Amino acid sequence: MQQKSKNEAELIARIVSGEKELFHELIRPYERMVYLTVFSILKNEAEAEDAAQEAVISAYRHLGSFRAEAKFSTWLTTIAINEGRKRLRRAKGATFESIDEQEEEKGGDFTPAQLTDWREIPLEALERKELREALRKAVAELPDTYRQVFTLRDLEEFNIEETAQALGINTGVAKVRLHRARVMLQKRLVPFLKTLAPKRRGFFGSAP
Amino acid sequence: MKLDCKHVWEYISEYIDDTVDAKLREDIERHLEHCEICSAILDSTRNVLVLTADDRTFELPVGYSERLHERLAKELKIPETPEEPK
Repeated sequence: MQQKSKNEAELIARIVSGEKELFHELIRPYERMVYLTVFSILKNEAEAEDAAQEAVISAYRHLGSFRAEAKFSTWLTTIAINEGRKRLRRAKGATFESIDEQEEEKGGDFTPAQLTDWREIPLEALERKELREALRKAVAELPDTYRQVFTLRDLEEFNIEETAQALGINTGVAKVRLHRARVMLQKRLVPFLKTLAPKRRGFFGSAP
Repeated sequence: MKLDCKHVWEYISEYIDDTVDAKLREDIERHLEHCEICSAILDSTRNVLVLTADDRTFELPVGYSERLHERLAKELKIPETPEEPK
């Protein structure tokens, strides 16, 4: 990890001092991250791809203002988030943020689905395509602010502090949103997971 | 302290991330030992996270990387531009 950031710092310094072509190499490990970040905001493939390109180009143009104390991945993600939000505002008008906040206030039922007769699911069963599809759908349907935290933390594997920082919220709020997102997804996925769990005995299990 | 299920659920996310303090962790573990419901919740939540981290779950559009680098290549050809005002 340290080696990686050292190489990265070197790369950045070389790009800034004129070896522009190296930017391709710098950005390659982060392409996926940039796309998923903007997708979590825009929820539309074509729009997200466009925004990802803009974000990467913007990162290139502003690379000179990147400070080595920061992590490149967090810095880049912040740019991607800004790009995504800018587009969202353009599309929805300026009201979306207050709507989001209301959603948060409202609370809701964040009780996980309780399973009886749960058997551990064999890893091979998690290979099922339908399961991945169900998860994609469930993530898309999360409240926006929850999906953004969940994407950064569990999909892009930022830690909670980095996640909060990139989204411009405090860590406590990020934790609450993450917890709720995970519980909501657990609830949504359980019916699918359940069908994959081996039955306890013989043919007597309650078949779905 | 003896925890009830609801209490455990509140901390399920932090428990997975290992950000609960040692004492609470111990209490949760003790609870999990005898509570099948909470063990199932923990297990299924972990399944969700395993699936999420699987690169095949959230895929990029076909050709995304190629198009990105093409666009970037064009940008890199532009001679030094003065920084745009934000």
